[in-house]
Amino acid sequence: MQDMTDAFLELVRMTSTDLPPDVEDALKLARDRAQPGSAARGALDSILENVSLARQNSTPICQDTGTPLFYVHHPQGWSTRQLREQIRAAVAKATTLAFLRPNAVDTISGKNSGNNLGGEHYPSIHFSEHQMDGLVVDLMLKGGGCENVGAQYSLPHAGLGAGRDLKGVRAAALDTVFRAQGKGCAPGILGVAIGGDRGSSYAASKEALLRKLDDSNPDPTLDDLENTLVEEANQLNIGPMGFGGEATVLGVKIKGLHRLPASYFVSVSYMCWAYRRRRMIVDDGRTRYE
Amino acid sequence: MRKLSIPISDDQIRELNMGDPVLLSGVMLTGRDTVHKWMIETFIEESRQPVDDDKKVYEAIRPILDGGAIYHCGPVVAGLDTGDYRFVAAGPTTSIREEPYQGDVMRHFNLKAVIGKGGMADKTLAACQEVPAVYLHAIGGAASLIAQSVRKVRGVRKLDFGVPEAMWEIEVVDFPAVVTMDSHGKSLHAEIEAQSRAVLESLLA
Ligand code: SF4
Repeated sequence: MQDMTDAFLELVRMTSTDLPPDVEDALKLARDRAQPGSAARGALDSILENVSLARQNSTPICQDTGTPLFYVHHPQGWSTRQLREQIRAAVAKATTLAFLRPNAVDTISGKNSGNNLGGEHYPSIHFSEHQMDGLVVDLMLKGGGCENVGAQYSLPHAGLGAGRDLKGVRAAALDTVFRAQGKGCAPGILGVAIGGDRGSSYAASKEALLRKLDDSNPDPTLDDLENTLVEEANQLNIGPMGFGGEATVLGVKIKGLHRLPASYFVSVSYMCWAYRRRRMIVDDGRTRYE
Repeated sequence: MRKLSIPISDDQIRELNMGDPVLLSGVMLTGRDTVHKWMIETFIEESRQPVDDDKKVYEAIRPILDGGAIYHCGPVVAGLDTGDYRFVAAGPTTSIREEPYQGDVMRHFNLKAVIGKGGMADKTLAACQEVPAVYLHAIGGAASLIAQSVRKVRGVRKLDFGVPEAMWEIEVVDFPAVVTMDSHGKSLHAEIEAQSRAVLESLLA
């Protein structure tokens, strides 16, 4: 197997410093729709200026470079041990080069490892085998401020009047947006998982965020719910940074999981406007990035 | 957009209203958890004796804070080895942790602006009316842009508090922020929360 450490390093650099076009387009649209002279418009102008600056100078879009979440799809017979080593080496190097802030803190001792490596779970790397010849790696950098405002609901939920149906899911998702106010650096993007156990549900809510902002859900019922939720969350008028204004969420992505008869979880991962995710594809020895 | 420069006068503060976007220029200090606790214990409540350079630092920061601003920020700083400091990323940190201290610090030093993110609560809002002063919300995540508005790092005090916790004296030009708590008792955070609660209730009814 070839050494792809440098290719992974480029994936990290690009993810941290170069916001994907679908996210930037959504932010531009939100800016153009915001009332001239309003605080919301000013915030979105600053955000977009920051995005260009970061790209131009190859510096992190946000100083919180977040938790690195890697999703690796590899062909049969590849060594996941070697892939893991190369990814970890790339993450440490990216930290030295200031594409990542040292973010891994040992919770027991309180010590920061200084290189973004910490135990088995940091960075977080998910492997799965696929039938294609090449390698496909998605990377997401998930900030702390927005991670803190995510929420999990066990339905039925008396306080919200939410039952075990899509109406209940809608109530849970809107409640998350309300509670987050501007604190998750709105406008946000919601990854929602319905079902599963507590662990698989939260994991799936992050995977839902790997979809492109402008795609549609193949399931027409969920697609409808996604569109309704975007519209209704924006009616809350929390706006960028919580300054007020329409742009409260830029998108909602929903995924359904099987569940036990006894459980009905709704897990919402809130992603901030700094929605940093990129894909690397290695095929026939050639590497490209999306 | 309204331009403000430090020192800021009481009249200028009273002209500012909740929701106004501003561009701030001048010399300010960063300060977060450790700094606020140190100020309160050593010089305001005087429950702790000044040691080492405490008094010297206090005398040096007083004129900067008088009519000035404090920024809740734990910057990423380059040039730590050479002393030729430069802010690389300098977005705001969450302000609410300073709520127990902020009002008294504002009164003591005659602070005109507190800059951070996420907003603050009643004690700080009351101090904004008395001093008078404003809370300025910086743009969360706009780290490169804000670092660029920091034209010069003039020095650092209490570096032993750690890089994020030290008091960095910085010169900023056109630092973008929004007045979210004004000197007239209005808080955008309280209003947006109340309005959005009403909408949520009607959507879920
Ligand atoms: S929530 Fe996102 S934009 Fe805000 S500070 Fe954290 S990483 Fe940066």
